[in-house]
Amino acid sequence: MTVRNALGRQAGTLLIVATLAFSGVAGAEGKPLVVYSARKYQLVEQLFQEYGRERGIEVKSVTDDGAPLIQRLMAEGAASPADVFITVDAGDLWRATEAGLLQPVRSSVLEAAIPAHLRDPDGHWYGLAVRARTIAYSTARVKPAELSTYAALGDARWKGRLCLRSGKAVYNQSLVAMFINDMGEQATERMVGAWIANLAAEPFSNDTLMLKAIAAGQCDVGITNSYYLGKLQHEQPDLPVQIFWADQAGEGTHVNISGGGVTKHAKNREEAVRFLEWLASPAIQQRFAAVNFEFPANAGVDPLPEVKAWGPFKPNEVNVGLIGKAQPAAVMLIDRAGWR
Amino acid sequence: MDSLNPRAGPAIAAILVALPMVAILAAVVHGATGADPALWAHLSEHVLARVTVNTAILVVGVVAIAVALGTSLAWLTAACEFPGRGFFSWALLLPMAMPAYVLAFVAVATLDYAGAVPVALRTLLGEGFAMPPIRSTGGVIAVLGLASYPYVYLMARGAFLTHGARVLEAAQSLGFGPWSGLFRVAVPLARPWLAGGAALVAMETLADFGAVSVFNYDTFTTAIYKAWYGLFSIETALGLALLLLVLVALALAAERLARGRARYTAADAGLRAPARLALPGARGWAAFVYATVVFALGFVLPAVVLARWALGVAPLDLDVRYIDYTLRTLLLAAMAAVACLALAVVLGYATRFEAGPLPRAAARVAGLGYAIPGTVLAVGVVTVLGGIDAAWRSVAGGEGLWLQGTVVALLFGYVARFLAVANVPVQGGFARIRPSLEEAARSLGLGTRGLVTRLHLPLLGAGLGTALLLVFVDVMKEMPITLMTRPFGWDTLAVRVFEMTAEGEWQRAALPALVVVAAGLLPVALLTWRMERAARAA
Repeated sequence: MTVRNALGRQAGTLLIVATLAFSGVAGAEGKPLVVYSARKYQLVEQLFQEYGRERGIEVKSVTDDGAPLIQRLMAEGAASPADVFITVDAGDLWRATEAGLLQPVRSSVLEAAIPAHLRDPDGHWYGLAVRARTIAYSTARVKPAELSTYAALGDARWKGRLCLRSGKAVYNQSLVAMFINDMGEQATERMVGAWIANLAAEPFSNDTLMLKAIAAGQCDVGITNSYYLGKLQHEQPDLPVQIFWADQAGEGTHVNISGGGVTKHAKNREEAVRFLEWLASPAIQQRFAAVNFEFPANAGVDPLPEVKAWGPFKPNEVNVGLIGKAQPAAVMLIDRAGWR
Repeated sequence: MDSLNPRAGPAIAAILVALPMVAILAAVVHGATGADPALWAHLSEHVLARVTVNTAILVVGVVAIAVALGTSLAWLTAACEFPGRGFFSWALLLPMAMPAYVLAFVAVATLDYAGAVPVALRTLLGEGFAMPPIRSTGGVIAVLGLASYPYVYLMARGAFLTHGARVLEAAQSLGFGPWSGLFRVAVPLARPWLAGGAALVAMETLADFGAVSVFNYDTFTTAIYKAWYGLFSIETALGLALLLLVLVALALAAERLARGRARYTAADAGLRAPARLALPGARGWAAFVYATVVFALGFVLPAVVLARWALGVAPLDLDVRYIDYTLRTLLLAAMAAVACLALAVVLGYATRFEAGPLPRAAARVAGLGYAIPGTVLAVGVVTVLGGIDAAWRSVAGGEGLWLQGTVVALLFGYVARFLAVANVPVQGGFARIRPSLEEAARSLGLGTRGLVTRLHLPLLGAGLGTALLLVFVDVMKEMPITLMTRPFGWDTLAVRVFEMTAEGEWQRAALPALVVVAAGLLPVALLTWRMERAARAA
C-alpha cells in the first residue's frame, strides 16, 4: 500500500514539473539562430550569447561529437531546426557536405577572411580556427636539430623513444589522410609502421596524457595538436616540452580546422551567414582561437602571444577538405599497421 | 493460475512494452543492410577477431571481479558480524554513484607513468622503479570490476537478506562455517539473483565506451565507433552492433540453458531477524580490512582526487548553472526511473500470469537495449522518432519536429536502454513470491486487486526500490543518448563531463563529475537506509 501511494505521489509531482519544463523551453521570441556544435560548450557558449545580445535574438545550441550531430541532422531532415553546423575537424565537414546537409554560401566577407585551403571551394563550409598537428619533444633529452620530418620519427634513433596518441583519434586519421594524399598509401603505410615499431608505450587516449609522459621521461618525442601543448605550457610555464614545426623543408606542417557551414534546411539562413561572417571578423577571430590556444583562420589576426612565441611555420596548403575524403582509407591503413 | 488469466491481456501488455525496442531493432537492422561490403572485408580481416577476443576477455574478467567482490561483500554485510559492518552495508554501494568513465580517468591520470603515484614512488625508490602499467588489460578489468560490483552486491544482498535466518540456521546445523555456508548453501540458493546481477554487469561492460577508450582498449564498441566516426559508415557500424547483439543473445540463451528449469523461491522470506554469524578476532578484522580496501579504491580515493581537481577549477567554472544542471539531471533520472519501473512491473505481471512463451520473449527483447552501446541505441531512437515525426507531418501538416528534440525523445531512449536494469530486480522480486502463497491468499478470498496490494507490493518492495535506484543512478551517468536526443537547454551534468573530457580536460571534468557522484549519493543512501530498516523490522 505505502509503496504504491508513494510511487503515485512521486509520479504526479514529476508530471507537473515536466509540464512546466516543457512550457519553459517553448517560449522563444523572435527568430532564433540554432547552432549544432561539435566545438564544445566551454569554447563557444560565451561568443554565441554575445552574438545573440548584439543582434537581439536568441542563439540556441546543442553540442555533441560531429558524427552524432550529422546523424541527428539526417534524422530530422527538412524539419531540422538547425541553421549552423560547427565541427572540430575538416573530415566531419566534408562528410556533412557529402550527405547533403550543408548548403553553399557565397560571401565576399568570408572569402576575403578565410584562406582558400581552409574553406570549401563551393562555400559549403569555412574554417574558423586552425590547429597544427606537429612534433613535441623533451627539451631535456632532445635537441631541435635532431628533428626534421614526421617520417623521420620512424628512424632507428627514436627506437623506444616515441609516444603517440591512439590511431582512433580523428586528428591522427587526418594526419595519415594528408600523407595518403601527398605520397600515396604504400609510403604512408611504411612510415606509420616505422612509428609503431619505435613506440615507447602503448598509444595514449589523448594528447595531454602523452605530453605529460614526454615531460615525465617515459618517451622523448611525440605528435600533438598545438593547442594541447599551449594549454599545458600555460598551466606549467616550466614544462620541459616544446613544439617543433615538422616538414618545413617539404610540404609543410599538417593543419586541421574547426569550422562551420550553413545547413541545407536552415530556417534562418540570412542570420546564419551573418553569424559565420561575424565569427570570421578580426576581433572575434582572435577570441575564438585564443580560448583554445589555436591559430585564427583569418590570416590577418594574431594568435595568443604564447602561441605566437612558437614562431612562424609553413602549413601544408592542400585543401583540408581532401583530408576528409581520404579519411576512410586512413582508418583502414591505421588498422593494417596495428596502430591501436 | 488460469483464473488470473482469462484473456490475452498479459501477452498484449508485454508486447506493447517491447514495441519501442522492436522499432529500434528494426531501424538498426534496416540500417545494417546498407553496410559497405568493402569495409566488412577490411573489418573481418584486420579488426573483428581481435576485438571479439578482447571483448570476451574484458567481459569475463569484469564479471568475475564484480561477482567475487559483490557476493563476498554482500555475504559479509548480510550474514556476518564484523567491525564496521553497519557502516559498510550501505557504504559499499557508494561506488555505484561513481561513473565507470570517471573512475577510469582518475585511475589513469594518477597511476599512469606520469601520474602522481608512480612519480612519487620513483622519487622514493629511485628512477628505475616501475609499476605494472595501469593502461593494460588488467588495469581496465580492475577499474570496470570496481565500478560495477555494486550491481551484484545489491542483488546478492537482497537475496541473502530475504532468504532469512532459516538458510543460515540450516547452514549452521549442517556444520558449515561462514565461508563454507556461503559457498555450499547461500550462493546456490541465490543463484538467479547473482546471475541477474552478473548479466547486468556483462551488458554494461559490453556497451561501455567511455572507460575503455580512456584505456585505449579496443572492444566491439570501440570498433563500432570507429566504423561510424572514422570510416564514415553508420551502416557498417549498425551491422557491427547487430553482430554484437546476436552474440549477446546467444550468451544469454546459453546462460538460461545452464540454469535449467530450476525454480527458486524464498524460504520463509524475512520472517525473522537474521542471526548473524560473528567473525571473532582476526577474522573480523580481516573482513574489516577487505571491506575498507574495496571502499577506498572504489569510492574514497577517486572522490578525494576528484575533489582536489574540482577545487582547482571551481573558481573558474562553478556558477549558478550548476544548480540547473543538477536539477535537470535529477528530474530526468527520476522520470526515467519511474517509467522503467512501471514497465518492468507490467512485464513482471505479464510473465507471471501468462505462462506462454510470448511475454517472456517480449521481456527479453525489451531488455536488449542495455547491451547495445548507448550511441547506437541513440541512432536507433532518432531514426524511429524521425520516422514518426515525418509521418505526423504528412498527416497533420506543419513543418516542425513533434517528438525529436523533446523530453519525450530522451525518455524514450532512456527506457529503451535501461528497462533491463529495472527488469532484473523486479523479476527477482516476483521470483521470491511463492505461487503457494498466492494460492493460499486466494483461498482466503483475496481478489486480484487484493493480491496485488496486500501480497505482491509488500513483498516486492525491496525489488522495486532496487530497480528505481539502479535506473536512477544509471541515467544520471548516461551520456550518448542524452547528448544526441536532448532538447535545447537540457544540458545535464554528464553532458558537461563529456564536453570537458572530449577536450582532454580531465581536471575540469572533475567538477561536474563530482556533482554527479554527490547527487547520486542521495538515492543510494535513501535506498540502503530503507533496506536496513526493513531488514531490522522484519
